[in-house]
Amino acid sequence: MAQPFRPLTAILAPLPRANVDTEVIIPIGRLISHRRGTLGPFCFEPWRYLPDGSPDPQFALNEPRYAGARILLGGANFGCGSSREAAVWALWDLGIRCVIAESFGDIFRANCFQNGLLPVTLDAATLAWLTTWAGARRPPLLGVDLQHSRLLAAGRSIPFVIDPERRTALLEGLDDIGLTLKSLADIRTFIRRDLATRPWAQSAGGG
Amino acid sequence: MGGETLFGRIWNLHRIKPLGGGVDLLFVDRHLVHDLEAGPRLAALAARGLPVLRPDLTFATPDHAVVTTPGRATAATAAAADGTTSAGSLLADMRRRTAAAGIKLFDLGEPGQGIVHVIGPELGLSLPGLLIVCGDSHTCTHGGLGALAFGIGSSEVEHVLATQSLRQSRPATLRLRIDGRRAPGVGAKDLMLYAIGRFGTAAARGHAIEYAGAAVVALDVEARLTLCNLSIEMGAKIGMIAPDSTVFEYIAGRHYAPKGAQWEPAVAAWSALASDADAVFDRELCVDAAAVAPQITWGTSPQDVVGIDAVVPDPDAVGDPALRRSRRAALDYMGLSPGQRLEGTPIDWVFIGSCTNGRLSDLREAAAVVRGRRVAARVNAWVVPGSENVRRAARAEGLDKIFLEAGFQWREPGCSLCLGANGELIPPGQRSVSTTNRNFVGRQGPGARTHIASPATAAAAAIAGAIADVRKLPPAQVR
Repeated sequence: MAQPFRPLTAILAPLPRANVDTEVIIPIGRLISHRRGTLGPFCFEPWRYLPDGSPDPQFALNEPRYAGARILLGGANFGCGSSREAAVWALWDLGIRCVIAESFGDIFRANCFQNGLLPVTLDAATLAWLTTWAGARRPPLLGVDLQHSRLLAAGRSIPFVIDPERRTALLEGLDDIGLTLKSLADIRTFIRRDLATRPWAQSAGGG
Repeated sequence: MGGETLFGRIWNLHRIKPLGGGVDLLFVDRHLVHDLEAGPRLAALAARGLPVLRPDLTFATPDHAVVTTPGRATAATAAAADGTTSAGSLLADMRRRTAAAGIKLFDLGEPGQGIVHVIGPELGLSLPGLLIVCGDSHTCTHGGLGALAFGIGSSEVEHVLATQSLRQSRPATLRLRIDGRRAPGVGAKDLMLYAIGRFGTAAARGHAIEYAGAAVVALDVEARLTLCNLSIEMGAKIGMIAPDSTVFEYIAGRHYAPKGAQWEPAVAAWSALASDADAVFDRELCVDAAAVAPQITWGTSPQDVVGIDAVVPDPDAVGDPALRRSRRAALDYMGLSPGQRLEGTPIDWVFIGSCTNGRLSDLREAAAVVRGRRVAARVNAWVVPGSENVRRAARAEGLDKIFLEAGFQWREPGCSLCLGANGELIPPGQRSVSTTNRNFVGRQGPGARTHIASPATAAAAAIAGAIADVRKLPPAQVR
């Protein structure tokens, strides 16, 4: 069950790479050996550390000016690859509450909504502006106002588009399972009707 | 207003009700559950006091975290993903909780165990027109039978267990036509890698792909599964092919397929599952199969792919600065230089298996190359059958002997080196030709360098000890 999304003003860290995949966000070995809630140190592990295990100073999230970042600025197709929801958990454990990108992997984006992490889609030009802004500003504090679907960058208001239902669910921390269980009668009616027209679908043969 | 698409038809069949804002509540016909999800998700459901609504439509098997050591007696244990069973064994938990919920488990050593996307079609669980989900992005594989199948996250797995339904926004539609005839040595894997290279790994994001055209219709069912399997690597969580008599013949007689009085009505219903001639797709793409050579990846995204006889592309030839940077980083990771010929690049590993290419026809394709030849001395070559049934069928026709005599390891079924979730890893800096689906940084182990290719190309690499063009392999020694 997700926590309600609260208004946020936090440091924005740029990660302007295309096709950031879920394997890089959380390597599979780590998600098997470590619990949800403790995945933060392994988020972006392949990029974040030097071979000797020390933080790679070249990696944006290791730069002192982006310390404590809660908003991440990605490129196109952020979160592509596997369906592992632990990619969202790892970002959450790292402290990230909002990812802004040109586009997202479909399953990753759905997983964000399930966990109260806000994915914001912006066009390439606005993203480029934000990236430059984040690089120049000390500190790059960005406001996220989900209620009004806008970002606030030092006086500039940047609107973004989000499904109203998704927005409500994030703002209220709604639980999908709880919501759907209210439709259980509809599901049972569907099954009854379907049994007459697609009996092979409603029971796996095995005979 | 144009006619209906295959995708739209099946989607509409499963709509329980619209939820507003373009979101539908969809009924789920089959839910496949693997070992990384079963224990933790069933535990979470139990913690909420909720039962599994349709255990009879839910099927489980261990594949991701089990070791594939020949003769494995018990599976490796591994801590669960989210801490609900931190110290326990995923497999032990899976066994206990599926039994308690009344969910059929295909356990180690049993016919039916294997990679979820191999066993679904093989057992007749996956059928045309069904809506199939699994907590794994390669669930698009089942679209090869004309099913509407897609991967879901852990929260959605829990949602399906509790409600046998999903809340989903309807994606846009994309038709990818593949016309023309494939050249010898070119398979479904090559066709799809070529398309991903040409259109990009994000090309079909937000879309459901329908594959059509003469080169698609000409594919057998297992090749169609390979084609649809790679949909997610082009960005689409759904990929599908209209079911035809090739599919119906494949399904007939399979264990969980409809039988007796149910068969004829089922085939009649499946035969109606096609896009209308005047159906309108949101996007259309085309590929000429005749233009496709055997493919191999050079970088760290499936779109970093070229024909086997090509050279490594120069990042500086790319206009987009972000793409240029990512290509430079990819070459650095892969230990390759621009302009370098891929053919002849020495390799350390070959992996034949996975939900992409772990079926009987894939093993036959590789064995045909391997027969009468030897694996190069420096190469660790593994064959991991996609399922227990594939393993047994391959043994029955002597494929295991061909691989073993050539110097391959012949292992037990599972996901294995495709992603190393079971601890089987390619060591840092070592180079592998794999019949898998992802060459991401660290995918086959931290620092591992992956080249994705077809079973024939992977087999040729094992023999040559280097990336090789299967079409140019010297003749095998007659023994």
